[in-house]
Amino acid sequence: MSDFEKLKNNFKQKILEAKNSKEITNIGSEIFGKKGFINSEFSKIGSLSPEDKKKLASKINFAKKELTDVFSQVSRNLHTEELNENIKKQKIDVTLPEKNFEIGKIHPVSQVIDEISSIFSEIGFSVEEGPDVESDFNNFTALNTPENHPAKDMHDTFYLDEDMKTLLRTHTSPVQVRTMLKGKPPFKIIAPGRTYRSDSDQTHTPMFHQLEGLHIDKNINMGHLKGCLNYFIKEFFEIKKIRMRFRPSHFPFTEPSAEVDIGYKIENNKIIIGEGDKWLEILGCGMVHPNVLKNCKIDTKKFQGFAFGIGIDRLAMLKYGINDLRSFFETDYRWLNHYGFDPLDVPTNYRGLSK
Amino acid sequence: MKLTKNWLQDHLQTKKSENQIIDKLNNIGLEVENIEKIKNELSDFVVAKILKAEKHPNADRLKLCKVDIGNNRIVDVVCGAPNAIENLLTIYAPPGSVIPKNQMKLQITKIRGITSHGMLCSESELNLSNESNGIVNLNNQYSSRVGSSYFKNENTNCLELSITPNRPDCLGIRGIARDLAASGIGKLKELKSTKLKKTLKHHIKVTIDKNKKQACSIFGSCIIKNIKNVESPPWLKKRIIALGLRPISTVVDVTNYVMFDLNRPLHAYDIDKIKNKITVRNSKKGEKFEALDNKNYNLVDDMCVITDDKGVLGLGGIIGGTRSGTELETKNILLESAYFDPEITRKTARKLNINSDAKFRFERGIDPDSIKIGLQEAAKLIVSICGGQLSEINIQQTKKFKKRKIKFDPNIVTKTVGIKINNNEIIKILNNLGFIIKKKNKLFEIMVPLWRPDVFGEIDLVEEIIRIKGLDKLDSISPEKIRLKSTLNFYQRHFHLAQRSVASKGYFEAITWSFTDEKINNKFRENKEEVKIINPISSDLNVLRSSLFPNLINSLEKNLNRGFGDQSLFEIGPAFFGKKPGDQVTIICALKKQQINEDNNLQKELIDIFDIKSDVVKTLTELGINKKETTIITKTPDYYHPGISGAIFSKDKKTLFAYFGEIHPGIISNAYGFEIFLENLVSYKEKFKKEKKSLNFSDYQKSDRDFAFLIDKHTEAQVITEIIENIDNELIKNVKIFDVYEGENIDKDKKSIAIKVTIQSDLRTLKEKDLNDISQKIINTVEEKAQAKLRS
Repeated sequence: MSDFEKLKNNFKQKILEAKNSKEITNIGSEIFGKKGFINSEFSKIGSLSPEDKKKLASKINFAKKELTDVFSQVSRNLHTEELNENIKKQKIDVTLPEKNFEIGKIHPVSQVIDEISSIFSEIGFSVEEGPDVESDFNNFTALNTPENHPAKDMHDTFYLDEDMKTLLRTHTSPVQVRTMLKGKPPFKIIAPGRTYRSDSDQTHTPMFHQLEGLHIDKNINMGHLKGCLNYFIKEFFEIKKIRMRFRPSHFPFTEPSAEVDIGYKIENNKIIIGEGDKWLEILGCGMVHPNVLKNCKIDTKKFQGFAFGIGIDRLAMLKYGINDLRSFFETDYRWLNHYGFDPLDVPTNYRGLSK
Repeated sequence: MKLTKNWLQDHLQTKKSENQIIDKLNNIGLEVENIEKIKNELSDFVVAKILKAEKHPNADRLKLCKVDIGNNRIVDVVCGAPNAIENLLTIYAPPGSVIPKNQMKLQITKIRGITSHGMLCSESELNLSNESNGIVNLNNQYSSRVGSSYFKNENTNCLELSITPNRPDCLGIRGIARDLAASGIGKLKELKSTKLKKTLKHHIKVTIDKNKKQACSIFGSCIIKNIKNVESPPWLKKRIIALGLRPISTVVDVTNYVMFDLNRPLHAYDIDKIKNKITVRNSKKGEKFEALDNKNYNLVDDMCVITDDKGVLGLGGIIGGTRSGTELETKNILLESAYFDPEITRKTARKLNINSDAKFRFERGIDPDSIKIGLQEAAKLIVSICGGQLSEINIQQTKKFKKRKIKFDPNIVTKTVGIKINNNEIIKILNNLGFIIKKKNKLFEIMVPLWRPDVFGEIDLVEEIIRIKGLDKLDSISPEKIRLKSTLNFYQRHFHLAQRSVASKGYFEAITWSFTDEKINNKFRENKEEVKIINPISSDLNVLRSSLFPNLINSLEKNLNRGFGDQSLFEIGPAFFGKKPGDQVTIICALKKQQINEDNNLQKELIDIFDIKSDVVKTLTELGINKKETTIITKTPDYYHPGISGAIFSKDKKTLFAYFGEIHPGIISNAYGFEIFLENLVSYKEKFKKEKKSLNFSDYQKSDRDFAFLIDKHTEAQVITEIIENIDNELIKNVKIFDVYEGENIDKDKKSIAIKVTIQSDLRTLKEKDLNDISQKIINTVEEKAQAKLRS
């Protein structure tokens, strides 16, 4: 056995006898380091004849491969052993509390507005808005509600001036007027927003939310109105069948006018929408009165259509089983936490409305 | 408006049940709001069956009965009647009921040690006959009626209708009957015309003054003398009670009765209290009068008053006066039946804040043709009940009422409602509602009855037709799923995103009133206009909010009282800076407060200004405003802590994006907040619309160089970073402050600021020299521009 073989076997033995990762690392550099065994053997090659050079080089390379194989095997084993040893010592009580995080909440009214927008988006409505402060003209006169008309009694209006010309809008209908005055038909819009009436009791709050709908085009008739609302109600309550009733009513700005009731029943103190023999009024609607269209410079010979108004808070109460309207605006942390929605729970057409 | 089926049947011949009538009323737009049982003192008396009759343990002549009173209820009743035996069907009076004969109210009592629940009745006790021997013995036909009221016909429902303001005609039973008849569930009965004997001369002169804006245009009256104004007979009392009114006297009850029956308000005067003659005129400022509601009213100019030579007798169409009111002693009366203009009547009533059944009707429009029939009906009833002699009817009239004519193209019906309704049906419906139709070629000429002041044009007729035809007959046309315009516009998308962006940082969304307390609002109003509400719902909600903070802070404090120390709230909504429509901005306002709990070692770090800053900057970033586009100014509104708050502006300082900071401790302690101004942000983005650049990154070596400068304590860190960023836009990729130090080894008025600058070229590998050059440039520029000194 040549010296080279002996040396090589020695190193091999050393590798195999290494006890820990530190030892093996040291042995590694003894063999493969800059001035280690392999390199120093290679450095001897320079003085040899070409033939010997080839022979020796091949011998060294062969040895290097052999040592490398053994080395990596042993080194891996030692590292794994030590890692396992270490892991055994590491123990953290993971039942201690996590780092603090907070989940915010979206108010049910906002969530329902998004749900409604999503439903109407599917059938081509876009969202319009108007200011909270309105003129008497936009809120009443243009909507065919003249001065000194008893229909005004239904709206307990907040006024901002003594002449009663500026007011807080009592409904979202002035958005109809604004939309029609600034654009050209066809119109297909919904307008959610804050509305105000001077009324405060168990079922009324001085501020509440309404959603206005308006569809003006050629040949839009009451059948379209019925179909549109039918679609909306079913989608919103996420049920296949719903009992609905159109009942004639009166609003100065629509003619013919109707109110829509949906069927419900009470079971185990919970309201179940869609079934049962009781009726619940949920919205008002009708064909836009020709006087309104004329006030908004629309040619009534060519265009007609429907409008509707829905109480958003009321819809939220029904869908999510909230009993008290006033609680919506009381900002009780417990209430917001309970009835609020996860901000990532965005109602969409493709995913669906609710989680 | 209230009615009973029984009363309705005076005008409507129908075989339909009450439920069918209710459904029909709803279907034709006369909404039944409420169905109320009219409590009758006899309705408590139910048919009952004796199941068992045993001797009373403590009394020989009494029996202890087990009585089935229906609905699975069996009660113990002690009874002395000899005929109280097993299986007897009889009449049971529960505790609480009043025995008709002696008006005794029953109570649960012990009779000789045994509790008796109610009583079994004899015929005499129920005023059925004089038979007092034993209890009622009902025949076997009653066996199926155990539990139901014995006096069945006495039990009626009162239907309460919600009549829309366009339908004054349905404020009378007859109008409702007409609508129901048109809908096909009965026949409208003709009004009986009775010849009244008129033996007196109408001796009181009535004039309607020609005033400007005279509300009264017809004043009809008749006189009845020598009446005996008694209590009303039972049938009349019952109807008055059904209306929810209190019976007073025949004269008053009859005028009310006719008002509800025919929608014809009347008023009765005691002639003996009228001086000379009646003049209808406009009031003059300063006139006073005491009304039947026992209140005194001070009148102003131009209110319609009925007067005699002494002064005001009543407010025309609104309320009568006490001076000429009728009483039970009244012998001679004048009945008034008039027409008052809706608008003027309404104005007067509103000014004086009076509501009355008459005003409610006149302001909606009364049939001017009902003057005479009203007087006749009332006179007939009063004379038949109270006796007396009647005068002729006198009618003063200053204006003629012509029936409105409408040209009607029947094609508009289908065009509006979508379904075909043929002309015959159209004509039939309108005829039944009292419209008169003349065919003129293809058009109709339609005459509107005077009791329908709400019908002006073609579209009103369409409503009448489809209302009677039934909305359930409409087709339901499924909506097309086509979208021509995006659902949300650019601004709305940002609103939506901002809302969820803030919520996702742990804030609870609140919705608070748009109005607030003036006193609190003033702390947040700055120099903005105060927008007062003229008629606030309460004095602490009397101005439109100038900021979202007042209500949000109020909510936060309420939650603190509920025991919630840590809170993050936000609201997105309007704040107002003027009272013109549109004088409002949308603010995303967030508020955060932390409860400091010293006992909890595990508690996270205390929040500070940089928590709120992180939230606002991250929200802005999510809304598309990069931090590099912004700069911070430390001048903020007074409601922020002056030393711990900032305003985030666009780099050019022209657009205000947000305020953030600690809320002024004088307002609330230890709370932080921010406000983002959505319109500003969106219009900035619209102006500087950015397209995403194509991705371009440098693969050349980047180097970080650290610097520490000594600067004046009051120099803001932002000053240094902006200086460095502007030195070389190509090479300086990032500037980051990693330490600020004041204290030992440093002058009292100085601070040390440590900055890491990342240097990299997009074009080549930088050599040591390049790096040294740029470093030197950084040092020189900062030293020069910020009076800084590099720390060695």
